[in-house]
Amino acid sequence: MADQSPAAVEFADFSLWYGTFQAIYGVDLAVKEGKITSMIGPSGCGKSTLLRSVNRINERLGYVRTEGHVRVLGHDVYAAENSLVQVRKQVGMVFQRPNVLPLSIRDNILFGHRLHDGGKDAEDALLESALRQVLLWDDVKDRLNRRAQGLSLEQQQKLCIARLLPVKPRILLMDEPCSALDPKGTEAVEELIWELRGAYTILLVTHNMAQARRASEECVFMLMGKLIEHTATDQMFVSPRCPETADYIEGRYG
Amino acid sequence: MFDATPRNLKDARREGLVRILFLLMTALLVLPVLLILGVLVAKGGSALSWDFLFTEPTDGMTAGGLLPALVGTIWLVVIALIVSVPIGIAAALYLSEYAPDNWLTRAINLAIINLAGVPSIVHALFGVGAFVIFFGFGTSILAASFTLAVMTLPVVIVSTREALQAVPQSFREACWNMGATRWQTIRKVVLPNSISGILTGVILEVSRTAGETAPIMFTGAAFFLPFLPESVYDQTMAMSLHLFVVATQVPNVPDNLPFGVALVLIGMVLAMNAISIAFRTWLRRKKKW
Repeated sequence: MADQSPAAVEFADFSLWYGTFQAIYGVDLAVKEGKITSMIGPSGCGKSTLLRSVNRINERLGYVRTEGHVRVLGHDVYAAENSLVQVRKQVGMVFQRPNVLPLSIRDNILFGHRLHDGGKDAEDALLESALRQVLLWDDVKDRLNRRAQGLSLEQQQKLCIARLLPVKPRILLMDEPCSALDPKGTEAVEELIWELRGAYTILLVTHNMAQARRASEECVFMLMGKLIEHTATDQMFVSPRCPETADYIEGRYG
Repeated sequence: MFDATPRNLKDARREGLVRILFLLMTALLVLPVLLILGVLVAKGGSALSWDFLFTEPTDGMTAGGLLPALVGTIWLVVIALIVSVPIGIAAALYLSEYAPDNWLTRAINLAIINLAGVPSIVHALFGVGAFVIFFGFGTSILAASFTLAVMTLPVVIVSTREALQAVPQSFREACWNMGATRWQTIRKVVLPNSISGILTGVILEVSRTAGETAPIMFTGAAFFLPFLPESVYDQTMAMSLHLFVVATQVPNVPDNLPFGVALVLIGMVLAMNAISIAFRTWLRRKKKW
């Protein structure tokens, strides 16, 4: 199914229910390839849910029902013929709290690679390039066989990003990746996210408007499960189109 | 301005009282353990000898050793574990890692918990009906072991499930998110991080299996059978039943004999536990970091 649009991720009239509670109402959204798109909105507005629909990680809850389509690189991830494993290979996710596995740094980075039957010979090169991409190589190159949980939170979160890279995803989903970090760590991870733009399509959920403004090129504002506005970040913060967006940005609710 | 009010003093007195009360209760818990061990060693220590462990009972069970019972109990425990541990772990894995959270799963969980509370004599009757008669094992080691396995299964399932659920959800998410299937997640992350908890549950079951008397009384344990079992279809003597027999059913038993049997039974359970704990420690150490 060919798709002319250059959208990396595309929601088409997408709705989602948790049991009887409707969390997402008919969202249409095209996320541009290679850009950083931030998603902002008050707590419970459905931004995390929308993010989690892209790699279908919501579904383990068992009572999730969806309507409409989510297309990743032109392919419907909810279509029966598409393998969830292959979808998740293309779509990496970073969580609020760094969730490094209780393994060595090396085994963490190579976990996905080994899962997908990657060759042994490539391991060292992949390890180094992944760690270099997240600016962690110099910090950890002498202790690759130490446990990853001994790293600082900032380093752990970078490791979680690095861990996605060896399987060569096209899209990175980030669910408030800095919310567990101190200001210095936040700055470092934001810088890293900014560095990764272009190479990956990044969808960034954040409750921090300053972060959305600093670290994204496109911005999506959601409210009560609906998509209210989607424009370039600069424009959203300077001259929002919708009154709800303006109210939120100016801090009248949140 | 920081003077204690009467209310503060009263609360402080109560605090001290409660603390002492709880401490006393804890001490009370330790007391029976020490007393049991002390009495057993004092009264049964004189019965212990190599002959006691490695010969058959003689003179109508008033003399000789307890080798057949010792060997019989090892058979029973080992076979019961071979049956119940794999089934129990598989069931717990399904319930914890695969089953959706719906009314059926909740009903199954409730059933398992209730099954764990069924008295062992009821399991004995079930064992007679199911294994001795229906499956035609006859009264045999096999029937007795299976009965013990059925009795221990729910506890293995519950303790395994608790160990599995102690593994943080974020580990699983990290794996799924990289495209791991549930089984890959279980094998690479969930099991390595829960194996010591699972083994703890199994260790507890070893003790219970070795000590139970009722489930084996009608299904495979013999009153007096001074030979070693040759196959799983034989009946066998067992430590727990042997203790009951020499303590209450046989006339003219020397005083120290029942206590000696009890001492060996406890020693055996402790030895089995020690082996499992050593295995657990080895597993933990094998995990590199």
